[in-house]
Amino acid sequence: MGQDSRLPVAPPADRVELTRVGARPPLATYLRDVWRRREFAFALARYRIEAENRQNRLGLAWVVLKPLLNAGLYGSIFGILLASGRPDHFVEFLIIGVFVFEFFATSFTSGAKSITANTALVQSLSFPRMTLPLAVVLQRFLQFVPMLAIMLVVVGAFGHTISWTWLLLVPLVLLLLGFNTGLALVTARLTVHVRDLTNLLPFLTRITFYTAGIFYSIEERFADEPVVLRIADAVPIHEFLSLARAILLDGPLYEIRPEYWLYATAWTVGMLVVGSVFFWAAEERYGRTD
Amino acid sequence: MAAPTEAITPAPASGQPVVVVDDVHVEYRVLATGRAAGAEARGGLLQRGRGTRTVHALRGVSFVAHANESIGVIGSNGSGKSTLMRAVVGLTPTSRGSIHATARPSLLGVGAALVKELSGSRNIVLGGLAMGFTRAEIEAKHDEIVAFAGLEEFIDLPMRTYSSGMTARLKFAIATARKHDILIVDEALAVGDKTFRRRSEDRIREIRDDAGTIFLVSHSMTSIRDTCSRTLWLDRGRLVMDGPTDEVVDAYEARGS
Repeated sequence: MGQDSRLPVAPPADRVELTRVGARPPLATYLRDVWRRREFAFALARYRIEAENRQNRLGLAWVVLKPLLNAGLYGSIFGILLASGRPDHFVEFLIIGVFVFEFFATSFTSGAKSITANTALVQSLSFPRMTLPLAVVLQRFLQFVPMLAIMLVVVGAFGHTISWTWLLLVPLVLLLLGFNTGLALVTARLTVHVRDLTNLLPFLTRITFYTAGIFYSIEERFADEPVVLRIADAVPIHEFLSLARAILLDGPLYEIRPEYWLYATAWTVGMLVVGSVFFWAAEERYGRTD
Repeated sequence: MAAPTEAITPAPASGQPVVVVDDVHVEYRVLATGRAAGAEARGGLLQRGRGTRTVHALRGVSFVAHANESIGVIGSNGSGKSTLMRAVVGLTPTSRGSIHATARPSLLGVGAALVKELSGSRNIVLGGLAMGFTRAEIEAKHDEIVAFAGLEEFIDLPMRTYSSGMTARLKFAIATARKHDILIVDEALAVGDKTFRRRSEDRIREIRDDAGTIFLVSHSMTSIRDTCSRTLWLDRGRLVMDGPTDEVVDAYEARGS
């Protein structure tokens, strides 16, 4: 029966530039396609923010309020209730920590859902899927910008010298954006393979939050344990936090460690390359329901 | 089922081949729950392979579609129509055989809105940008798309408030705003009302005349007769008949009776 229904003269597939359906293009072509859809990613990010804001009464204010409340909560718990070893300039220290972490964590948790939560879009239109995680990170970045402004206001209000070195925040934030993008690409693909990851992610976020030195100083707490400090040197989120604090805050604890620039750049480049290749490699897989 | 076993060669098509489906098999492995999960299933949480069943959704389907053809796909529920179409788009992997096409086909099915928390207007822009239009191009087409979908009053409401018919209409309008080489419409017209169905059938004919190839999956033999020049009849994962619409639909309607 299967043989009977075959057409007698099926032309060979190679004669008329037919390509296998769904085959992913080479990496360079793919990335060019993604770049061509940048307007799509940008529009998706902006509309999402709009929609999120419209559902709440306070709208855009929440983008700033939520991390401020977070900072207030953690500040009172760890700074007052369990006051032990508060670093200098605790309020500014904490605000920088919580805000930068918020950008990092939301990027990779919502990046993880960027494919699985957009099945309808993926299944009905053909476009390079990479634009979806990119749009999510872009959205989180756009929401991070007002937080950044608040951060600067708080730091300035606490009397830290406002200097040209603050401009170093620009390359730092760009590095963080790149790093978050790479990480989101990895988590986006992993979630497609293993849905269980969505349940695990909040837990991973919390572990990172408690270990990354958001409300305590790793350098002070582990001053006697060089092994821990050496490990911390290699942890990207710690590098980003230390650099941000060193750029903005005065005091002996907040000296810029130039080697951190090198490490952070290496992490970012590495993460971007690994993330792009890793995500692209499974391009044919996204949107499938099996 | 009294089905003719010999394939009918379709009328020679004018266009060049655009989709070549060669002996395609699709097998799903599904995890059987409930009855099949017996005592041995209690073994471990992460044990895979327990109680799995293989569903053979397509069993060797072959055909060639040409430019300027509109092809109806018919068959009873579970005959493999949707699976075949999803395989042609590349959303369902084939376990055997191959599918080649000149362009990446687009699939229009019933189902969720593109981005349901956003308004219809926003979805038009997003859909257009995703398909590769520039901002200016999609804004120029905006009103036409809204008019085609007949959603003038609702276009600024979030799509989660739309009925399934409205969603399907808007999706069809967005997707057909672009010139498609290969477009697959899976039951998407069934949810529309009569006026919309007529309008979308006109649109389908336009696309076909514009050197596109269209697949229309439908249970409505009227739609198939009105729009399709050729029809594939699937039954239990096999291609029963492939030929001019009138012959195939007549045979399909005469089956079993």
